[in-house]
Amino acid sequence: MPVRRNGRKPRVAVFKFASCDGCQLSLLDAEEELLAVADAIDIAFFPEASRRMLKGPYDIGIVEGSITTPHDVEHIREIRKSCGALITIGACATAGGIQALRNWKDIKEFVRIVYASPEHISTLDRSLPIGSFVHVDFELRGCPINKYELIEVINAFLHKRKPNVHTHSVCIDCKLKGNVCVMVAHGTPCLGPVTQSGCGAICPSFDRGCYGCYGPMESPNTPVLARQFSELGETQHDISLAFRGFNAYAEAFRRESEAHEK
Amino acid sequence: MNRTSKLEANNLQQLFTALQDKGYVTVGPTLRDEAIVYDRIGSANELPVGWSDEQSPANYRLTKRSDDSYFGFNATPQSWKKFLYPPLRKLFTMRRDGKSLELSNESDANIKYAFVGVRPCELSAILIQDKVFQSGEYRDDAYSAARRDLFIVAVNCTTAGGTCFCSSMKTGPEAQKDFDISLTEVFRDGAHFFVVKIGSELGASIMELVETGAASAEEIETTDAMLRQTESQMNKTMETDGLPRLLAENLEHPHWEDVAKRCLTCGNCTMVCPTCFCSTVEDITDLSGQNAERLRRWDSCFTVDFSKVAGGNFRISTKSRYRQWLTHKLSSWVEQFGVSGCVGCGRCITWCPVGIDLTAEVQAIRGAETQQRKGD
Repeated sequence: MPVRRNGRKPRVAVFKFASCDGCQLSLLDAEEELLAVADAIDIAFFPEASRRMLKGPYDIGIVEGSITTPHDVEHIREIRKSCGALITIGACATAGGIQALRNWKDIKEFVRIVYASPEHISTLDRSLPIGSFVHVDFELRGCPINKYELIEVINAFLHKRKPNVHTHSVCIDCKLKGNVCVMVAHGTPCLGPVTQSGCGAICPSFDRGCYGCYGPMESPNTPVLARQFSELGETQHDISLAFRGFNAYAEAFRRESEAHEK
Repeated sequence: MNRTSKLEANNLQQLFTALQDKGYVTVGPTLRDEAIVYDRIGSANELPVGWSDEQSPANYRLTKRSDDSYFGFNATPQSWKKFLYPPLRKLFTMRRDGKSLELSNESDANIKYAFVGVRPCELSAILIQDKVFQSGEYRDDAYSAARRDLFIVAVNCTTAGGTCFCSSMKTGPEAQKDFDISLTEVFRDGAHFFVVKIGSELGASIMELVETGAASAEEIETTDAMLRQTESQMNKTMETDGLPRLLAENLEHPHWEDVAKRCLTCGNCTMVCPTCFCSTVEDITDLSGQNAERLRRWDSCFTVDFSKVAGGNFRISTKSRYRQWLTHKLSSWVEQFGVSGCVGCGRCITWCPVGIDLTAEVQAIRGAETQQRKGD
């Protein structure tokens, strides 16, 4: 049985920081499983889904988005205190997201160009993952996350077991599916060998190279893959851009993209 | 019935029909995603007629042949392993009923496969997996059931791929035994036919349903010459003399570090290997906690989880993972199963995204040792 405190269902809260909302919406997108999810947990705080907003503490906090402002920093610390377990979801929350591209630029200059009154803008100079500020119990990768993996993680926390979320390469998923390798057979550059499993190898299944949406896999040897990209005819700029996607600021991808910058 | 006969190429469909009439699901090579893959096919027309491939480390390209050959290509991206030993398999489901647990074993309806186009190296690989799954203390009943009903049409290799080294591993290019029938495809003086050998009584009974003629001594000699030519085309070699000992005595060789620098730990080599058999099990519960199931899925010694045990992980480094794979395949496998775990199909070389070539890695270790000995 799911862990219940004082005979009540575990209370779950969903929070959002800098992000597009796509990941938290995957919970609502669970369709067939949604009733079972609603049956197993008490969704106490999920502004995107319900006006019912119960105060903490919560048993499980699910956090989407990256930390980009001083206010975010305070807010995530409060959230951490109010949640038993903290699960971060998506590339923003686990790596800083696409908005981390600003981490290589001068944020003040952006603010000056974009806003009429820049003095009202209070922002950090970098977009960073939740784990840079508070302890995170589980990071679920992806841009967006896979809804089945999200349900699996919630399920695992409810039953106090290990989530069946794999950290190996996308290649293994391709092989389990019987995909023909797009890099070897078609010469298409693919980040699959250095990217974490989770999406079900969607892009290679449709003859595209992996874009690295799930971030670096458990032991990413990015320099070797970059060298192979180069042999396939990719320029240094192409290689830098390939690693500078949704997970650009994840350590292994960040280093590799910088290594090929002009 | 004559043990060797001749089947005209345009009668090949009769073999498919005969197998299907006997209740077999026919599986064979076919074109898909710019490659030749093994899949369920209904007729000879679905074979990759007139196609071949070029293979080198980290490179595979389809090529057009100048003839209408049915089997004029080399090793496919994946082997037959996926049919006998599926990548994912549900082992059992469990249901909580009050205080008791109800367990039901999954027994999938067994599929009676006929593999059409098993290469000699692949046949050896199937025999190796037979030892893995059907001998010793731990046996796989589902594998045994699939294997028991399997009909094997072996096809001898009249062309060698760029990463093949079956002649080094003594597994090809001709299948000697353990098939139901074997075919060698021949183009000779404008004629296109197969020389058929019967390997089992079952094979003989199927061939009775197929129109064949007598193969002349000359025609048989032609196939022998073709197979000798394939052997001479073989691009790669692996010296197997004393190989298990060589690797076992060189576990701290500096070359392992060198490979580790180039290895992606992506696991492709183990997935495409026709003998690699490692799996993991995963327990899944439903949200209510009333139902659970156990799944088995292919695993790889290149994943971190593979060597994670209570208290830590005994193979963190890439070096230790690559070394584990290669020394198991070529050295400790022999101790464990009495044969090498490598059949020389070359898949791990072609499908490694960065083209790591185990024959070259072995040679590097052997070369260094030979030099060292000379220096002594």
